Amino acid sequence: MKLTGAEIIWECLLKEGVEVVFGYPGGAILPAYDALTKYPQIHHVLVRHEQGATHMADGYARASGRVGVAIATSGPGATNMITGLATAMMDSVPLVAITGQVPTSAIGSDAFQETDVTGCTIPVTKHNYLVTRVEDLAYTIREAFYIARTGRPGPVLIDIPKDVQNAVTEFYYPDAPIELPGYHIPASAHERDLEDALKLIHNAERPVILAGHGILMSGAVEELRQFAEITQTPVALTLLGKGAFPENHPLSMGMMGMHGTAAANHAIQQADLLLAFGMRFDDRVTGNLKTYSPNSRKIHIDIDPSELNKNVKVDVAICGDLKTVLRQLLPKLKTQQHKSWIAQIREWQEDGNQRDILTRLSRRPDNKLWAAQVIAALFNHTGGEALTVTDVGQHQMLEAQYYPHTRPNTMLTSGGLGTMGFGMPAAIGAKFGRPEEEVWAIVGDGGFQMTLCELGTLAQENVNINIAIINNSYLGMVRQWQEFFYEERYQATPMHNPDFVKLAEAYGVPARRVTTHEQIADAVAWARSIDGPVLIEFVVEKNDIVYPMVPAGADLHNMIRRPLDETPDFNNNPLAI
Amino acid sequence: MKHTIICLVENKPGVLNRVVSLFRRRNFNMDSLTVGRTHNPDVSRITIVMEGEAGDAKKVVWNLYKLIDVIEVQDVTDVPTVERDLVLAKVNAPDAYSRNNLTELCYQWGARLVDIGPDVAIVEYTGTADKVEDFIDQLRSYGIVELVRSGLVSMGRGIRIMEGMNHKTKRFAVPAALTNGAHESES
Repeated sequence: MKLTGAEIIWECLLKEGVEVVFGYPGGAILPAYDALTKYPQIHHVLVRHEQGATHMADGYARASGRVGVAIATSGPGATNMITGLATAMMDSVPLVAITGQVPTSAIGSDAFQETDVTGCTIPVTKHNYLVTRVEDLAYTIREAFYIARTGRPGPVLIDIPKDVQNAVTEFYYPDAPIELPGYHIPASAHERDLEDALKLIHNAERPVILAGHGILMSGAVEELRQFAEITQTPVALTLLGKGAFPENHPLSMGMMGMHGTAAANHAIQQADLLLAFGMRFDDRVTGNLKTYSPNSRKIHIDIDPSELNKNVKVDVAICGDLKTVLRQLLPKLKTQQHKSWIAQIREWQEDGNQRDILTRLSRRPDNKLWAAQVIAALFNHTGGEALTVTDVGQHQMLEAQYYPHTRPNTMLTSGGLGTMGFGMPAAIGAKFGRPEEEVWAIVGDGGFQMTLCELGTLAQENVNINIAIINNSYLGMVRQWQEFFYEERYQATPMHNPDFVKLAEAYGVPARRVTTHEQIADAVAWARSIDGPVLIEFVVEKNDIVYPMVPAGADLHNMIRRPLDETPDFNNNPLAI
Repeated sequence: MKHTIICLVENKPGVLNRVVSLFRRRNFNMDSLTVGRTHNPDVSRITIVMEGEAGDAKKVVWNLYKLIDVIEVQDVTDVPTVERDLVLAKVNAPDAYSRNNLTELCYQWGARLVDIGPDVAIVEYTGTADKVEDFIDQLRSYGIVELVRSGLVSMGRGIRIMEGMNHKTKRFAVPAALTNGAHESES
């Protein structure tokens, strides 16, 4: 069957099982858009900015586990995607981005809307292609999907010149296994490495599991739970690892790192064995590398060999797929008890509870609305069962602290790149990926405004998600750094915000404002009752701090803590809130 | 310390860009870079000399492997190899005396006088990187006016053969049963 390049694009997407794509048309991608008319099976979501398309495809991929697809035109359309590609690259999210390009005859001539897109995106993609012959198009798209979803997943970009979209060739979609000589997907571990690991595991007295995104991507949630229970090893999660281990489990210590729980950070520092499963020792997780968990032996399992011994030198480095490797280990594990170690962790946890803002507010209530209260209320009213998507900043860390997740892939967030503006578009994508879930976008007033144009997409598609804006009229996390480290010079962090309720209503999105604790329950119930997009603006206290905090580059155990109530200078301490 | 890394890549456009971009992005220091075709039309061979600790070289190897178009990577720093650098140097040789001296020097070093003009001559020398340095020092008294080096190339001694040299790029083809004659194309 002879088809145009444009038709081949959609045929290939159908073969890959794609049902929805997020995109924005333009000159160099018009042939593909014209051909889309013949493919009603594929739902196209018209975004308002190409960054939104990549975040939506990203949210779709994270929520569903399938490859997300974003489409844009050449030049500015493609460069607008770079933030979204970098976000997906840092968090290992499988995306395929398709961009139009000026005709091959015009490439290199500084033609209208021409950019060297493959050149621009080398550092922010797992791989990219410029297809110059229509005969290469079908297998290139197939290869792109394969590379995006296998091994350590990541974004792949395909740049397709306009004349290639118009050219005609015989369409043939190969089904033989893909062989790429320079691409190896690690699977199982060597017996010798397993033996080395088991020796350390069985001799440990104070072990800690560090569970990351790799657990979720490899589908090893159940294997991790069994591992932790058999060996009675407490589990700390990375931000992207939330959902990898049920946070209501007695062995869960919650999140680790800069704004992790003090219990998790103390446990890591005093451990005699770290089991790093599918995480990469990011600086936000380790703090000062020189003093990081100084007395522990370390086992690191990751699918990407370049992550092993990158930031932290380890004793046993295993390159492999986590589910496979954990399944190799499980039958060889001996049952263990670490009673005194777990008792020690309980003590740290109890201290953390005493310092918690919710504990304090329960003892001496005030009339203010605190961001932590809002997140905790959302947790209570949704029964902890919602799929939450956050933006970046204080609300993101508070979500991680006050919305414990028990199911995998129910908390989506931009961890590695920390992309403000990720939340709302990613939530739209997530809803397309898992329509049966109750989706909440929890965003700050700053990040929301970076991609608020996607309210248009939300309204046009009538996507049934709820947006919670945690509005403190500040770039809160930056403000927190200014408070701690820049002598309270709040340079460029106060925000003059629009009326978010009116703004949403202008797009036809029902909205409410919540300013007191008493209004929360009613507003959340109202939002949940509406079939379609809803926005709630929570006007919260400005003078708020996310505790604990490990200052950048500080030792992991040297956290800034919220003082205990009985601290003598409690009433004079401006940080004691 | 200096590390020598050999990298076999698919002979495709843009691959060198990916390799160089990786060094820049990961903040690795590249001393020299030599790229060329091989006897296998599907494989290009890149020799990179870099400055760094042993750990850095390992990181480079693993990161190179992450590039899809990279077929094989070897750190040959501690492997017995034959390594060669080539230098062309244009030096002042305005009179018979200096030319005679230059001829004598080339004879002693196994270098070659490859061009003699009215005022200058070009000498060519091939050897290990250290030898090339020494030879250049010998030339300084004549006055070097222009100089170029090829960068180091390296090959394992004996049976140390890189498997990737045999790589064949899979050429995609539409099964003959589906095609009737030549492909059309229009723009």
